[in-house]
Amino acid sequence: MTAAPALPSTPGTLRAFSAATRMEWIKLRSLRSSWWTLAATIAGAAGIAVAVGANTKDASADVTNNLLAGVAPGLLLIGALGVLTMTGEYSSGMVRATLAAVPNRPLLLAAKAAVFGTVTLAVAEVTAFVAFLAGRAALPGRIPPPGLGEPGVLRAVMLSGVGIALIGLFGLGLGAVIRHSAAALAVYAGSVFVAGQLLYALAGSAVEYVPLALVSDSVGVTRHEAGALSPWAGLGMLGLYAAVSLGAGGWFLTRRDA
Amino acid sequence: MPSAVDQRASSAEKDGIVSDEDHVIEVRGLTKRYRGTLAVDALGFDVRPGAVTGFLGPNGAGKSTTMRMILGLDTPGSGHALIGGRRYRDLRRPMRQVGALLEAKAFHPGRTALAHLTALAAGNDIRRSRVGEVLGTVGLAEAAHRRAGQYSLGMAQRLGVATALLGDPGVLVLDEPVNGLDPEGIRWLRTLLRSLAAEGRTVFVSSHLIGEMALTADRLVVVGAGRLVADTSVAELSARYGSLEEAFLDLTSAGTEYRGSAGGATRPARAAGHDHDTRERKIS
Repeated sequence: MTAAPALPSTPGTLRAFSAATRMEWIKLRSLRSSWWTLAATIAGAAGIAVAVGANTKDASADVTNNLLAGVAPGLLLIGALGVLTMTGEYSSGMVRATLAAVPNRPLLLAAKAAVFGTVTLAVAEVTAFVAFLAGRAALPGRIPPPGLGEPGVLRAVMLSGVGIALIGLFGLGLGAVIRHSAAALAVYAGSVFVAGQLLYALAGSAVEYVPLALVSDSVGVTRHEAGALSPWAGLGMLGLYAAVSLGAGGWFLTRRDA
Repeated sequence: MPSAVDQRASSAEKDGIVSDEDHVIEVRGLTKRYRGTLAVDALGFDVRPGAVTGFLGPNGAGKSTTMRMILGLDTPGSGHALIGGRRYRDLRRPMRQVGALLEAKAFHPGRTALAHLTALAAGNDIRRSRVGEVLGTVGLAEAAHRRAGQYSLGMAQRLGVATALLGDPGVLVLDEPVNGLDPEGIRWLRTLLRSLAAEGRTVFVSSHLIGEMALTADRLVVVGAGRLVADTSVAELSARYGSLEEAFLDLTSAGTEYRGSAGGATRPARAAGHDHDTRERKIS
């Protein structure tokens, strides 16, 4: 197959794309594991944020950023859901039915990414707000609670949600490249969680480009931290990871036998 | 990789008018190599509407690979497989033109049959009420709300048949659909396939079970070791060899990788001048 242009350039392609997104939406919502994963993401955020909030001692710290540590389970869960959304197609054999329905593979991946990205963005925003609000409510009385109207606070909360959704898309693309659940999950966890330690040992300054660091030290801060990318640059970096991963996934999906 | 097929497929951009030609499966020079092994070797044949065409060959003869290439899942090394003059990948809403059942389960075990079919229907703009219809046709209406991972092999095959029928397609490509069915299920499928062909559809069904093919198929495409060994009618082949089993074993003996010591040695050399309806190729 020659590289099929996936961009919705004609009304027919647009219609095919809209049909494919409806298909992917039904597929995503008809698996219980999707709901459990997303519910656990939100519940985990509340739990961690409350624990962090209750134990806050330093009022001069970036309290908002600390509370947003609650999104950490979401990084793992939504990323894994992204990986499994793709690799599950192969492990179950569903991919044959999927490709029989939508043989235009770049279009299929685009539809998958659109549906998964939209759903996880909504859930990740809820997660970030839940972390912030639940954690803030648990702050000890002597710590002044940060308000959403204060400089950088709303941005930190919103961008944390976007960051998680982008990491979910990174997982989705990775699943299209690697196709085997266990291997893809290992690479995902390795690149998001372990790469930091490794890079720190090799080159300390490179650590700010690690996905985990981008979420915790760049996009989720109210004031720019030294040695970390600025919030928007960090978000751009995460977007780049997602784009490269999805691009590679589309490339492999198109060229390999299913 | 890309060849004359690309131009051909794009020039065949025709929607709306459905003629018999839209339902012809055309395989030409189809070749596929996996890690040095030639799985399908310059295979060529046509499958026409209004008949059940059996795709017969021993295990490993390349039947599944051929069907996967017809359905655009695998890319041919060379040659092409077209449906109504177009590649599967270029079909706009393919399930409405071609219904496919591939060997083994092609659904997520965590999803109900209803959700599985509803999703696929949405993907091809197939009306939703069609889901209930096909579930009824295959006898899964009662089990529609159960997760498909709990299905028996026979029920899984029925879900596969439902998936193939979902778009009410003019062409059906079914890989070993009989697998896992009980005797009642086998009879049901046979009747279904024959009635689909009688409605003027193209029914292409692979099997390694000669007896079943003798009962179900009108025509046969026989392959051995990835090559075409016969493309003929069932009646013609049985008449020539006495029985279809004889014909099958004889035709595919050279193509079978594992066979008894007496297998190939007794194979008679066939003379030219067969019935014009029959295309056979000697295996050298």
